[in-house]
Amino acid sequence: MTTGIIFDIKRFSIHDGPGIRTTVFLKGCPLGCWWCHNPEGQAPQRELILRPNRCIACGACVEACDRGAITVEQGTIRTNREQCAACGACVEVCYAEARELVGREMTVTDVMAEIGRDVTFYDESGGGVTFSGGEPLAQPAFLHDVLQACKGRGVHTALDTCGYAAWEVLDRVRGYVDLFLYDLKLIDDARHRETTGASNRRIRRNLLRLSREGHRILLRVPLIPGINDDEESIRALGTFAANLPSLEGVDLLPYHSIGRDKYRRLGKDTVMPKVDLPTDEQVTQIARLLGKFGLEVRTA
Amino acid sequence: MSISERVARLQERSRATTPTLSTERAELLTEFCKRDAPPVSPPVQRALAFQFLMERKSIYIGDDELIVGEKGPQPKAAPTYPELCCHTLEDLNVLDSREKIAFAVSEEARKVYEQTVIPFWGGRSMRDRIFREMTDEWKAAYEAGVFTEFMEQRSPGHTVLDDKIYHKGMLGFIGEIEGRLNELDTLNDPEAYDKQEELKAMRICARALIRYAERHAEKARELAAQEMDAERRQELKRIAEVCTQVPAHAPRDFWEALQYYWFVHLGVTTELNPWDAFCPGHLDQHLYPFYERGVADGSLTREEAEELLQCLWIKFDNQPAPPKVGVTAQESSTYTDFVQINLGGLKEDGSDGVNKLSYLMLDVIRTMRQVQPNPSAQISKKTPERFLKHAAQVIREGMGKPDLFNCDLIVQELVRQGKSLRDARAGGTSGCVETGAFGKESYILTGYFNMPKVLEVTLNNGLDPRTGRQIGLATGNPADFETFEALFSAYRRQLQHFIDIKIRGNNVIERLYARYLPAPFLSLLTDDCIASGRDYHDGGARYNTNYIQGVGLGTMTDALTAIKYHIFDKKTLAMEDLLPAVGRDFQGDERLHQLLLNRTPKYGNDDDCADAVMVDVFDAYFAAVDGRPTPRGGTYRINMLPTTVHIYFGSVLGATPDGRRAGSPLSEGISPVQGADRRGPTAVLKSAAKMDHARTGGTLLNQKFTPRLLQDDEGLSKFIQLIRTYFKMDGHHIQFNVVDGKTLRAAQEHPDQYRDLIVRVAGYSDYFCDLGKALQDEIIARTEHRGF
Repeated sequence: MTTGIIFDIKRFSIHDGPGIRTTVFLKGCPLGCWWCHNPEGQAPQRELILRPNRCIACGACVEACDRGAITVEQGTIRTNREQCAACGACVEVCYAEARELVGREMTVTDVMAEIGRDVTFYDESGGGVTFSGGEPLAQPAFLHDVLQACKGRGVHTALDTCGYAAWEVLDRVRGYVDLFLYDLKLIDDARHRETTGASNRRIRRNLLRLSREGHRILLRVPLIPGINDDEESIRALGTFAANLPSLEGVDLLPYHSIGRDKYRRLGKDTVMPKVDLPTDEQVTQIARLLGKFGLEVRTA
Repeated sequence: MSISERVARLQERSRATTPTLSTERAELLTEFCKRDAPPVSPPVQRALAFQFLMERKSIYIGDDELIVGEKGPQPKAAPTYPELCCHTLEDLNVLDSREKIAFAVSEEARKVYEQTVIPFWGGRSMRDRIFREMTDEWKAAYEAGVFTEFMEQRSPGHTVLDDKIYHKGMLGFIGEIEGRLNELDTLNDPEAYDKQEELKAMRICARALIRYAERHAEKARELAAQEMDAERRQELKRIAEVCTQVPAHAPRDFWEALQYYWFVHLGVTTELNPWDAFCPGHLDQHLYPFYERGVADGSLTREEAEELLQCLWIKFDNQPAPPKVGVTAQESSTYTDFVQINLGGLKEDGSDGVNKLSYLMLDVIRTMRQVQPNPSAQISKKTPERFLKHAAQVIREGMGKPDLFNCDLIVQELVRQGKSLRDARAGGTSGCVETGAFGKESYILTGYFNMPKVLEVTLNNGLDPRTGRQIGLATGNPADFETFEALFSAYRRQLQHFIDIKIRGNNVIERLYARYLPAPFLSLLTDDCIASGRDYHDGGARYNTNYIQGVGLGTMTDALTAIKYHIFDKKTLAMEDLLPAVGRDFQGDERLHQLLLNRTPKYGNDDDCADAVMVDVFDAYFAAVDGRPTPRGGTYRINMLPTTVHIYFGSVLGATPDGRRAGSPLSEGISPVQGADRRGPTAVLKSAAKMDHARTGGTLLNQKFTPRLLQDDEGLSKFIQLIRTYFKMDGHHIQFNVVDGKTLRAAQEHPDQYRDLIVRVAGYSDYFCDLGKALQDEIIARTEHRGF
C-alpha cells in the first residue's frame, strides 16, 4: 500500500474550504517561499523539532542517541543537528515533549481512519477533507490513492496547492478533487523566482488549464508586505485572474509572523525580512482593487 | 435594541448598589414564632408565617420602576432564612469582610442577630437538625469532601413555573383549593386531615400574595399623590392598577403578566430559599399571547415590551443569591442565583416554540449584559437556523450567554424518566443544566459527588490520605490487583458504599423537610399538589426526582486510563512505583509526571482507549444511583455538573495518576481535564457524545473559543454547524466562553478595567473579576480553541 509522509492532521479546520474540515498536511515542497509559515512542511524527509522551554533536563535523550548528537552542557541539553539523523530515538524517550519528530509515514488506511473520525461534522456542515502541505502534489502516488479513497467514501475533497508540478501529475488526481485552493503569489516571474526559488510559468499554465477544464477553483493570494502588495503586482494578478473561466473567488491571506517561531524550533533561518503586518485598511484596499476586476474577493 | 434612559438609570443604580444582608425577614419570622405562632399544624403554621411576612415586609417602589417588588427592603438587600440556617456572628464578619462576593452587614444588623435572631434560632435551624441526625460515617465522608449536601443551607430546589399563572389569578387557585377541600372524604380517607391542613395552608398563602400586591398598589397610589411629574404620576397609577389586577386575577396584558410572574417569584423566594430561586421556564412562549394581542390592538409596541422585559431583567439582578454560611461559601462563590429562562424549544404539541419574543429576549440579553438571569436557547431539529444564528451572535459578544440545549434530547431524557410526552415537551432546563417537567416536578439536586476522591480512597484501601482516617471500605491493597477489572470492581464497591451513605442521609433530610418545613405557597403552584393535597416537599408534585451530581468525570477518566494504560496494558509501570509518586505529588518524579501528562491517552481527544474508560466511569456512576427510590415516591437520577465545586473538590484531593497536582481543580462538568484536549473541538464533542446523555438529567460541557473564530459570518455558521452536530450526536448542553486568554490575564492584572467582563463559569456566567483567583486561573487554563 502506498504511504505518504504527513506532518500534521488538523481537525476542525475552518479556513481551508467549505464547512468543517480535516486538513491533512503532506510534507515536502518544491518552492521555498520566503514567507512560508509552515517551514516544517518544506523538506520531504523527517525533521527534529526542539522546544527547549519544555525540557526538564532529565537526560533521557542523551542516553537514547547512539550517534552522540546530544550532550549536556552545564545542565542544558545541546543537540548537534549535523550529527542528527532524525531517527526519533530521543523523541521516543522525551516525555516532556521538548523534542518532536515532524513527518510521519502513514498508509492511506491510516489517513482515512483519521479523516473518517469527523464524517458526522462534514455531513452537517458540508465540509470534508483538504490536502495541504508542503505541497501535496509532491507525493503524487500517495495523493492519488488517498483522494480516490475519499471519493470512494463520498467525502468532499479540496486540494491546497501551489500548482508547481508536471501537468501529468495534476491530470491524474484532478478528477478526485472537488475544489482547488490554488495559491498564486506573483505574476512577475523574475520576482517570483527570487522569492520562491522557482519560475511561475508552470504554475500559471496549470492554473489556466485546470480552469479551462472547468474545475472549481478558489485562488489563494498571500499578501506579503513589500513583495506582492504593491498596486502593480495586484493589478497584474487581477488581470490574470479575471481571465480564468471557472474561478469562484479570491481569498486574500494577509501575512502573519506566527511561522517565525517554527523556524527557530527547526533550527532554520528565516529568509523573510521583518516587516510590518498588513493593516486591515491595506487589506480592504487591495480587496477593493481586485474587486474592480470582477473578482469575488474574501479576506481571512 | 437599545436601552431607554429609564432602564439605563435603573441598571446603573442596580450595579452601583452594594449587596447588603437584610435582617428584616429574620426579625419578622422570629417575632411571629415567638408571639403569634398558634398551635396549628406545620403547614398552616408555615402559611401563617408567610402571611405575616407578606403583610409586614417593607414595600419598595423605586424611581423609574415599572415592575415592582423586592425580596428585601430594597434592591440588593438579601434576606436570610434562619429557620434553614442561622448565621453566626462569625459568619456575618466573614460575609462583611470577604474580598469577593461580600455582603455588607451593618452594626445594627449584627446587633439584631446577636440579640434576637441567634438566641432564638441558634441550634434550632434545619441545618442544625440535619447535622444532628447525620451518622458518623456520613459526617466523615462529608468532611473528607466525598460529597456535599445541598439542603443544609437552602431548601429543595429546581422550582420552575409552567404557564398556569397566565390563565388564572390567585382567586382562581383559591377556588380550586376550596373545591378540593369540599371533596375531602373525612370519613374514609385516612389522610384527609393532613390534606385539609395542607390545602388550608395553600389558601392562606394565595391570599397573602394578593395582600402583598395590594400593599404595592397602595404604596403606588401614595407615591402618585405626591408625584410632581405628570408622566411618572400616570405610571404610578398604572402600577397601582396592575397590582390590583394581579395576582388576584388573571393578567390581561403583557405588563400584568410580567408583574404577576414577579410577585410569584418573590412569594416563592420569601417563603423559602430554594436552589436556583425560581425560574419562569418558557417565558417567551408564556408571554407571547399577551404580546401578540397587545401589538394587534395597538396597546403595546415592541419597544414597550422590550423596556418592560428589561425592567424585569433588572429585578432579577437586584436579587443576589442568599448569603451562605460556613464552608459552603468556598463551594459556590457567586451572587448568581441560577434563574434560567428557556427560549425557543418545543411547544407541548411538539411544534417549534420559537416566536418573536424569543428573538426579542435575545436582544434584551445582549443589551443588558447582566449575569442574571441566565437565559438558554433551547434548540431542536425544528428550530429555525435564524434563531440559532441570532443566539450565536449574542454568544459571540463574549458573555457566554445564552447557553445552548438540545431539547430533542431533553424530551428523551424526561420520557425515559417516566414523564408523559406532553409534560416532557413543556419541560426544559433550569439552574445550570438540569432537566425537569416545568410546573409539575420537584427535582432536587441533593449534592455533588467527588468521583476522583472515591478513586483516591480506593487506591488507599479505604483510607483518606489527607487525614489518615479510614472513611471507606477496605477493598484491598491496590498493588495486589492483577487486572484493571479488579481495580475497577474495587472502585465500584467503594462508589456504592459512599452513594449509599449519601442516600441514607438524603432519606432523613427529605423527611425533615416534609415534616418541619412544608412549602404551601410553592405547592399551590406545582401540579398535582392541590389535587393530591400534599406538599411539594412530601411527594405532592406529579413527578419527583432526586439527583446526585457526579463531578470530575475528566479527571477520573484520565486517572483510571493512566493506570490501565501504563500498568495493565503496556505493563511499563508498576502500581508500587506509581502510587508513591502520586503520594509525593510527583516531587522528584518529574519524568514520570511528564509521562503521565503527555504519553497517556486522555479523554477529550476522540481517543477510543480513554473514552472507553469514560463510558465505564459513567456507567458505574449511573448504576450506583439511577432508579433508587426516594421517600417522597420519586426516583434517583444522575446528572453531570459541578457549578464551581470542582475547585473545592480538587482542594481536598491529593495528586492523581493523570498527572494532576495535589489540590488543583478537577475537570468540570463533562469537559476534558483543562488543557488535556489537544485535537480541537470536534474531538472533544465526539468524546463527550460517547456517554449516553439520554440517561442523565443534564450534562455540562464548556468550550472556550477565541473571538477570531467567530468574527465573520462564515465562522459563525461553522460554529452553528458544530453545535448542530453535537446535538445530532445527542449531546445535552454546550456553552462557550468567547474571550482570549490574553484578555483574561489582562483582566486578572487590572480588574478595574474589566469590571463588565462576563465569562461562562459552569452553567452560568459571572463577572470575571468577582471570581476567586483559583477559578480565574482555571478558566484561563481551559483550552482555547482556535480555527486551524
